[in-house]
Amino acid sequence: MDNKKRTALQAAAALVQNADLKGLFTGSIYKGPLKSVCVPGLNCYSCPGAIGSCPVGALQNSLSSLSFRLPYYVLGLLLFFASLMGRLVCGFLCPFGLLQDLLHRLSFPKKIRTFKGDMALRKVKYAVLLFFVILLPLTVKLTPFFCKYLCPSGTLSGILLALSDTTLFSLMGSRFAWKAFILAAVLLLSLLLHRPFCKYLCPLGAFYGLFNKVSLFRILQDPQSCIGCGACARVCEMGIDPSKTPNHTECIRCTACITACSQKALRLGIEKGNKKQST
Amino acid sequence: MKNNRLTAALLLFAAACIAIGLLNHQPAQVLMKAVTICLECVGIG
Repeated sequence: MDNKKRTALQAAAALVQNADLKGLFTGSIYKGPLKSVCVPGLNCYSCPGAIGSCPVGALQNSLSSLSFRLPYYVLGLLLFFASLMGRLVCGFLCPFGLLQDLLHRLSFPKKIRTFKGDMALRKVKYAVLLFFVILLPLTVKLTPFFCKYLCPSGTLSGILLALSDTTLFSLMGSRFAWKAFILAAVLLLSLLLHRPFCKYLCPLGAFYGLFNKVSLFRILQDPQSCIGCGACARVCEMGIDPSKTPNHTECIRCTACITACSQKALRLGIEKGNKKQST
Repeated sequence: MKNNRLTAALLLFAAACIAIGLLNHQPAQVLMKAVTICLECVGIG
């Protein structure tokens, strides 16, 4: 699939998840029953257009609730998306991923593919998932740490809301300044690096990545067709080698490697029982 | 094939979790939080 088609699909997915367009003009949020369903990507439920709930926010809210009960519903939905698609969600369905993709396409004097310590830095997102999304909300009640201190999607929602609600604007203080700094850093870094938030900070990407190898839809490789030309690794913006690890935890399934493969040795699909394929 | 069995087991487990959550009215808890502006999320609370 070429980049234009993927961008069109990403835009359609972002629009579906933010279909309450009037909210963008009135500064209000959708309050209907669809909000009880979590969307697969990082899409703040306080975004004026959002018609669903953010799974990371909903999980933290459940874990930090005063009357704690295991959040079967949210965990079930997360597990469902992960087992079905893995990080295909990042490549096709996440609105914040789309924003970073679009920014990275803008011309900038220098683009960096990788740097020393890049892969080590990517482990930070697992720490964010463990501490900011799970452990801290479990121990300090009523505090969704990731949303409160890190999430740039929420900050963007705040800015969109404040554009039409001046009261909200007047309430913004030092915490907003901190979160705006993170958002600005992510957006500026997106010009230089491909998807910095997804690579280093996103807890949702960290979770989905763990399921890349076992998700129903995954990258399938035909080892007999692969001639080892390295074309797939050269186009991979996530810096992995799909010919060696087609379902690496960092793979967001953007399908650039599939398009680049002249031998059609890679494809996205469901593994069939009798065909010998490498995953 | 081994992977597909694991995937099927995970999907079934996910469906079971969702069903338990539905029986315990957990979507209402998600809805309650999501219909008010999350001040922490937007950087105020």
